[in-house]
Amino acid sequence: MSSVRFRLNGVETAVDADPDSSLLGILRGTLEMTGPHFGCGANECGACHVLVGGHAVAACDTPLWSVADKDVTTVEGLGNAQVPHPLQRAFIAEQALQCGYCVSGILISAAALLKRNPTPTSDDVKVALDRNLCRCGSHNRMVRAVLRAAAEMAAR
Amino acid sequence: MVSPGKVEIGQGIVTALAQIAADELDIDLGRVQMVRASTAASPNEGVTSGSLSVQQSGRAIRQACAEVRQIFLTSASDRLGVGIDVLTVEDGTISGPGNVRTSYWELAEHVSLDRDATPGAVPKASAQRTQAGNSVQRLDIPDKVFAHPRFIHDATLPGMLHGRVLRSELSAAKLTGLKEDDVRAATGLVAIVRDGNFVGVVSETEDGAQAALKALRKSATWSSDKTLPDEDQLAAFLRAQPSEPTVIDTRTATTSREAVRTIQRQYTRPYIAHASIAPSCAMAQWTAEGVHVWTHSQGVYLLRADLALVLKLPVENITVEHMEGAGCYGHNAADDVALDAVLLAKAAQGRPVRVQWSREDEMSHAPFGAAMAIEIEADLDAQNEIVSWRHSIWSNGHAARPGRAASPALLAGTELANPFPRTISTNPPQANGGGGDRNSIPLYDFPSWRIESHRLLTMPIRTSALRTLGAQGNVFAIESFLDELAAERGEDPVDFRLRHLSDERAKDVIRAAAKRANWKPDKQAGTGYGLGFARYKNTGAYCAVIAEVEGAEHISVRRLTIAVDVGEAINPDGVINQVEGGAIQATSWVLKERVRFDRQRITSTTWGSYPILRFSEVPDVQVELIQRPDSEPLGAGEAAHGPVTAAIANAVFDALGVRVRNLPITRDSLIAAMELTS
Repeated sequence: MSSVRFRLNGVETAVDADPDSSLLGILRGTLEMTGPHFGCGANECGACHVLVGGHAVAACDTPLWSVADKDVTTVEGLGNAQVPHPLQRAFIAEQALQCGYCVSGILISAAALLKRNPTPTSDDVKVALDRNLCRCGSHNRMVRAVLRAAAEMAAR
Repeated sequence: MVSPGKVEIGQGIVTALAQIAADELDIDLGRVQMVRASTAASPNEGVTSGSLSVQQSGRAIRQACAEVRQIFLTSASDRLGVGIDVLTVEDGTISGPGNVRTSYWELAEHVSLDRDATPGAVPKASAQRTQAGNSVQRLDIPDKVFAHPRFIHDATLPGMLHGRVLRSELSAAKLTGLKEDDVRAATGLVAIVRDGNFVGVVSETEDGAQAALKALRKSATWSSDKTLPDEDQLAAFLRAQPSEPTVIDTRTATTSREAVRTIQRQYTRPYIAHASIAPSCAMAQWTAEGVHVWTHSQGVYLLRADLALVLKLPVENITVEHMEGAGCYGHNAADDVALDAVLLAKAAQGRPVRVQWSREDEMSHAPFGAAMAIEIEADLDAQNEIVSWRHSIWSNGHAARPGRAASPALLAGTELANPFPRTISTNPPQANGGGGDRNSIPLYDFPSWRIESHRLLTMPIRTSALRTLGAQGNVFAIESFLDELAAERGEDPVDFRLRHLSDERAKDVIRAAAKRANWKPDKQAGTGYGLGFARYKNTGAYCAVIAEVEGAEHISVRRLTIAVDVGEAINPDGVINQVEGGAIQATSWVLKERVRFDRQRITSTTWGSYPILRFSEVPDVQVELIQRPDSEPLGAGEAAHGPVTAAIANAVFDALGVRVRNLPITRDSLIAAMELTS
């Protein structure tokens, strides 16, 4: 056991745990941040994506020690009902999900994309989301939602 | 507050039902509180499946709310001293001539709704409804984008423990050895539970449960004498098994046509996994009164019935409460994990236990959609017109849901020291849409036919309900066969179908899809267009699809143009969302999906070995909704799978001149089909 410090959604956080623990287990368990979801445990589905230093990574496959002193953002950190992130607003406007289990990971991948490319094409969005699986078939709506958010952010 | 017996599985049903209630009661949608189904308080509406929730639950809610409105209006009329006929309701406020007014909320304490519904109330006519037909935003979506916990996976209970069940990678394995001592050292371990071949651990933490499971796996030895079929000889396997034959339908007609030749084709589809993005999860807690279960099962009462059989408890001692899970697409492991949780919680001294399956178990131990072999034979006259038609299906049953038999259908039940037999899947009767035979009766006006279904009596690979049951396979077969006949006659496939249909709604969706897709666009090298049509279950939604594909060795679907008629669409955007989703999922089935196995085990246990369609592979999907507000509302979630499958296969023929009759359409199956053609 040792203490690992990082910034979670902008808040300084210290966790006493085995540094080899999966980041996802720590987020969902100790820190009660249930936005990132467990889907496969093998970095194959994207349901657990979080931003680490601006990059979308699979929290299930990320050891706790590797985020020491870094910025970790979960979907809860993107925005909330009072102050929604443009992506969250756009996903509601486009009704861009069915069951929604994959959507927190997809919002994170999309947020990472818009950070590095504020004016993506539809193909850019598809490539950026290609590591995220959706089983309900909401893909096209999600792509439209990401483009809508990008347009809204550009208009600001 | 509206308490339906149907459950949200990502299809948006809760919103559609709330719209129906708001309409009948004349209140704003925001006032409707939808209650999650529970055996403690909800009506028993069976299982949420078969695209029937709007038809069944919607009709019940419409009727009940019409009566509630009437009860309140009667009370208002008494109090205000004006006739019922002159009262109006706007967002719950009841007013009448002379500015008299009251409201549902004022009257609530004087009106008792604790009574049985009576058949007398008359719901509004479609023209008077203001909510139905509107694309209102789904009530559950904000929570899901803001990560407010709605999923059972995100729920915690006070004092909750974590459980895991150890399952062998071998199919129907027997536990031959277990060194429990090696597991006892695991941090936080609360219990090791063993009953026959069922073995699991309970721990204070999820990490602890994972670690104990890992130790358990190391210390366990298994054997299995079960042999799985040869995955490359599926049709031969299916056709060789002992089976129960049923004649589904026959039509004999006198025709002046004379058969001069017969053609015969065989089609197959593989086992298909439900492959929910979330591994199944449940919580259970034993109390003095019995056991409380939290589940994402599609049928809380049905699950309760099976739990009662396994536990040998009266159903009154079991409460089963629904919480949302991820999309399930049919009978997956949701019910199985609930029994796992119940069995593990028994060792938890009254504390609740949460159990979640692994990805690998979800992909190998949950039931699959059944593999199918379908043979169509047609006698043709000299002009290649159909004289008679024979359609035969060989497949395991497509339903082994819990709560419907004398023996439980839950996985752990087959693993106990005193095991229950594995439920051999059956088929719902044709009157309920059928199972393996779903959509096998042609909607086309052929002079005569004979439809026969052979349900397998052995089940080496566990099967149960997957979206559309047998409809995807049967529509693929029928529509591929027709496409082949049309091509042979040199007749346009749209014209060919229209000529054989008399149902105008069927013709309308085909015409609408053809028009929207500019049928038939000029062909360019490497691209192709194909049509598929069906009316789901022959009684549900009408759907026609035109697929545009491109490629040679590797097929990609560029566009799906769809026309759909679901009768009255309560939430049009919800319907379109369901149809789009179904179309994309079907594209995934067609291009990628096949459960893999060797002779001992399922081998496609990860997303790497069971790939599904990714964002960059998803076609553009255009959906045209033909609105019929005066027709019965019909479910939308399963309408597109069969037509999309056939449309893609027919488009592949158009592009490459190759008929792929064995799904999925991959590089391998294309090459095999080419070899057969040459």
